[in-house]
Amino acid sequence: MSNIALSYSSITKKVFLAIAGLFLISFLVLHLVINLLLLSSDGGMAYTEAVHFMTTNPIIKVMEIFLFGGFALHIILGIIIQIQNWMARPVRYKVEGYSHNSFFSKYMIHTGAIIFIFLMVHFFNFYFVKLGWVSPPAGLEREDFFQMATLLFSNNFYAILYMVLMVFLAFHLNHAFQSAFQTLGLNHSKYTPAIKFIGTLYSVIVPAGFALIPAYFLFFK
Amino acid sequence: MSKLNSKIPSGPLPEKWMHYKDHINLVNPANKRKLDIIVVGTGLAGASAAASLGALGFKVKAFCYQDSSRRAHSIAAQGGINASKNYQNDGDSVYRLFYDTIKGGDYRAREANVYRLAEVSGSIIDQSVALGVPFAREYGGLLDNRSFGGAQVSRTFYARGQTGQQLLLGAYSALSRQIKLGTVEMYTRHEMLDLVLIDGKARGIIARNLVDGKIERYSAHTVVLATGGYGNVFFLSTNAMGSNATAVWKAYKRGAYFGNPCFTQIHPTCIPVHGDYQSKLTLMSESLRNDGRIWVPKNKEDVEALRHGKLKPKDIAEENRDYYLERRYPAFGNLVPRDVASRAAKERCDAGFGVGETGLAVYLDFAAAIKRLGKKAIEERYGNLFQMYNKIVDEDPYETPMMIYPAVHYTMGGLWVDYELQSTVPGLFIAGEANFSDHGANRLGASALMQGLADGYFVLPYTLQNYLADQINVPRFQTDTKEFDEAEKQVRGRIQKLMDVKGSKPVDYFHKQLGRIMWDNVGMGRNKAGLEKAIEQIRKTREEFWKDVKIPGDVDGLNPELEKAGRVADFLELGELMAMDALNREESCGGHFREEYQTPEGEAMRNDADFMYVAAWEYKGDNVAPEVHKESLNYESIEVKQRNYK
Amino acid sequence: MNFTLKIWRQKNAKAKGKFVTYKINDISSNCSFLEMLDILNEQLVVKGEEPVAFDHDCREGICGTCSLYINGRPHGPDDAVTTCQLHMRKFKDGDTIVVEPWRAKPFPVIRDLICDRQAFDKIIQAGGFISVNTGGIPDANAILIPKEKADYSMDAAACIGCGACVAACKNASAMLFVAAKVSHLALLPQGKAEASERVQAMVSKMDELGFGNCTNTGACEAECPKQISITNIARMNREFLGAKLGAQKKRASGGGGF
Repeated sequence: MSNIALSYSSITKKVFLAIAGLFLISFLVLHLVINLLLLSSDGGMAYTEAVHFMTTNPIIKVMEIFLFGGFALHIILGIIIQIQNWMARPVRYKVEGYSHNSFFSKYMIHTGAIIFIFLMVHFFNFYFVKLGWVSPPAGLEREDFFQMATLLFSNNFYAILYMVLMVFLAFHLNHAFQSAFQTLGLNHSKYTPAIKFIGTLYSVIVPAGFALIPAYFLFFK
Repeated sequence: MSKLNSKIPSGPLPEKWMHYKDHINLVNPANKRKLDIIVVGTGLAGASAAASLGALGFKVKAFCYQDSSRRAHSIAAQGGINASKNYQNDGDSVYRLFYDTIKGGDYRAREANVYRLAEVSGSIIDQSVALGVPFAREYGGLLDNRSFGGAQVSRTFYARGQTGQQLLLGAYSALSRQIKLGTVEMYTRHEMLDLVLIDGKARGIIARNLVDGKIERYSAHTVVLATGGYGNVFFLSTNAMGSNATAVWKAYKRGAYFGNPCFTQIHPTCIPVHGDYQSKLTLMSESLRNDGRIWVPKNKEDVEALRHGKLKPKDIAEENRDYYLERRYPAFGNLVPRDVASRAAKERCDAGFGVGETGLAVYLDFAAAIKRLGKKAIEERYGNLFQMYNKIVDEDPYETPMMIYPAVHYTMGGLWVDYELQSTVPGLFIAGEANFSDHGANRLGASALMQGLADGYFVLPYTLQNYLADQINVPRFQTDTKEFDEAEKQVRGRIQKLMDVKGSKPVDYFHKQLGRIMWDNVGMGRNKAGLEKAIEQIRKTREEFWKDVKIPGDVDGLNPELEKAGRVADFLELGELMAMDALNREESCGGHFREEYQTPEGEAMRNDADFMYVAAWEYKGDNVAPEVHKESLNYESIEVKQRNYK
Repeated sequence: MNFTLKIWRQKNAKAKGKFVTYKINDISSNCSFLEMLDILNEQLVVKGEEPVAFDHDCREGICGTCSLYINGRPHGPDDAVTTCQLHMRKFKDGDTIVVEPWRAKPFPVIRDLICDRQAFDKIIQAGGFISVNTGGIPDANAILIPKEKADYSMDAAACIGCGACVAACKNASAMLFVAAKVSHLALLPQGKAEASERVQAMVSKMDELGFGNCTNTGACEAECPKQISITNIARMNREFLGAKLGAQKKRASGGGGF
């Protein structure tokens, strides 16, 4: 894959990176909606139902392939682009660059790496359990995601880690959102400010929404 | 017998160029591939010539000392480019542009050349637009024009304040395309250090690769020099730091005559000198004079008070200000031609009315215009210039008047060329500012870009072909001949001689000293005693230079001090020739003002009876007086008048 | 004013370089940065040392020759200027100033503070032009160009090719430079005819030369002495995508094609 990717031009690579990113961004919203069901006081009924739908519906099954493809593409391209970028400046400056323009944009690979590690942990906790690669916590059914989530968030250490990770996700998304539009050539004097605003809003609301759940477990349970 | 045959085609003036083109010898496409052309310099003239010749199918080798052909100093021209399109329906025509240029040049340019320039001016605009030059447009989508000094019509095309840049980038892109197509080989960071003649014809050059210091040989069937002007003789000028006369000077020493070396243009609106460390002068566009009023205080007490900061310019009452241009030239006022405005500023400062720390500055005041039109209108017109001034001087021109002073800007003189732009060395062609041809004793604003591109796009492609037509059977030249050996030996010898001086003073010390001599004596006002003194001082400085210059580093590698030393060594010789020419020309005309020849009111007094000629100087050997040849100027289509701007 | 200068010295492309510290005193605040270096060099020459080599020419901010990465910023601590337009009044008395050459793989250092920017020329040669020969051109007013288009085109055309965008970019990407030329020509009707080939050829050359990928950090537009906007990069991306998606298969030479 990486050989093929290398043969594409820088812009093509970035366009794929952006499209995959936007797809992941849209997935996050769906994920958030389901997660928020954890907070409902119905003992996890709605949540379990949603999870059931997500794990059994054939359309979702197909989409899952796209989702994993999207992740893989985004990650591989991100790494290739970053390596090329490091190679483009073999001798670094003594006094490193200094542009106030966009702080978060400078750390996309770093925030990305952190998110990736979290994603792996996340897989171990949920997805691999579902697949049967990892055994569920003692006493729980393989499909009982509600209890698994409750158990995890009841762990204060995990809850705090989760919230911190959402801050990094926010950093990543803040640049990602508007950057994807720029990469796709969608820059317009009228609409770009709106896109930037929505991007910032998104990058605050979505991670905040995710973080709300461990916060709830941490402070109210 | 003099070699000065201007080769002006016969026939009535408007038909000469057409007639010439109809009757020249051409080279067929298969043969063009077999002919090599060297183009030195890639400014407007050089880049457009190389691109056009490459497109025709010749094999071109182009050279520039800059790191890229896009950086030649043509890029710095701000105002615009003239063309007799008459898009404004205001009565412009080829004849009128021709007439204005001849008159502006104070009747010291060759009629046929100037007419051809005016004739092809329109095509330059067409060509540039086709190449993607984003000229200013009207709302309807048509090209916009502005007016410029010395003309009664609006014929100047412009691209913001960066017309030169855009035109050069246009020519550069055409050149880049030819490089891609393989017709042009580009040599950047190469400096031409000698011209090689074989059997009396220009057949090659010796160049130094500025990166590794290697001395290299290049041969061709013909050589074009488009290496710009020599304003840097004055050390301080609006030229780029690297602008130099070395290529033309070597050509002069190989037999090309030097035409009117003393004709120098001093631009009236530059930011004044403010310290010894200053390396160059910055031009403020001539367009500022459209709305700015130029003045100095009427009373010496005010001058003193201003200098010591006791008064601010706006504290000086209206009646205590001397708007000297409006006083002396009521008809043209602040819009008199460049040479007149410059001299008037010098006159006031010499009389002790100059302002600023050094007393060598006058005010250019926008207070009245701001009052009349509002700050916004002024900002729209000159915002970028005001900002530039503010950045350099750290004063806000909206609040306090600008200070300006004249500075060396352009050299009308250059290597003598005939109608075909061929010098007195057969096969050596000179284009752009490097030749003497079109501007006479004074160049009008927005005409330099026009001339450079006219030479490169529309003149050389014809005249070079005419020259090359009988050489299709001349095989490519080898560079291992005795002529190349000899030239390379000379170049190496001179470099070694410079390195071997091992004196105590840096190159700039001598350059500054030469600059001061030139500015004081061969600048805006010249007189016999001063010129004679200057010649003597230049000789002395030159001697001192060769005894005491210090060049660190070595020859095989990038060595900026060595580059400068070579150029300054040539300036030290050229400066003397300029002074000799100024001494020889006992009249005042255009940029050349001999104080002995002025009217009681201080206006220039031309002497058409004795000096209506081009002075072409022939090199006779080191320390031997050069010989002056005269090409008399015959005006058939124009009535010669005294310029009057009162 | 007095300054401590830490300047990158490197004998030639192959040599190893290092920072050398110089003290310089009694500099006027009206002195330009390059004039300050002139003074330093004059002192070095008199002392018998080799002067610091740096690129410069017009000294009025238009030729694009001067470079210098000063205290972490290309063209130093001022906005919308080139190094030659930077004045010492922008520094504080006693400041330490670190001066480095542009750093990018396609811009190898030739000596001291001079780097080789021919990569830019090569990108232009790949397609940064309109294919017309001299002569035989219709009248300039035969093409109507809306003022707004001409103005946008001019905004992009103002690029001086100095390389500050590459120097400023954490990825050493040349996208702003390439985008400025692509935009300049794509916005004009004259440039439309070969817009698709142009953008593909220029981007491909840019990649081949080893410039980094754009990550939309915007550092380039912040440091561009001519304030060229990254909207041009978006336009280039658009042009590029359109060219890639919309292009027919390569026509067989002389054949009928599609």
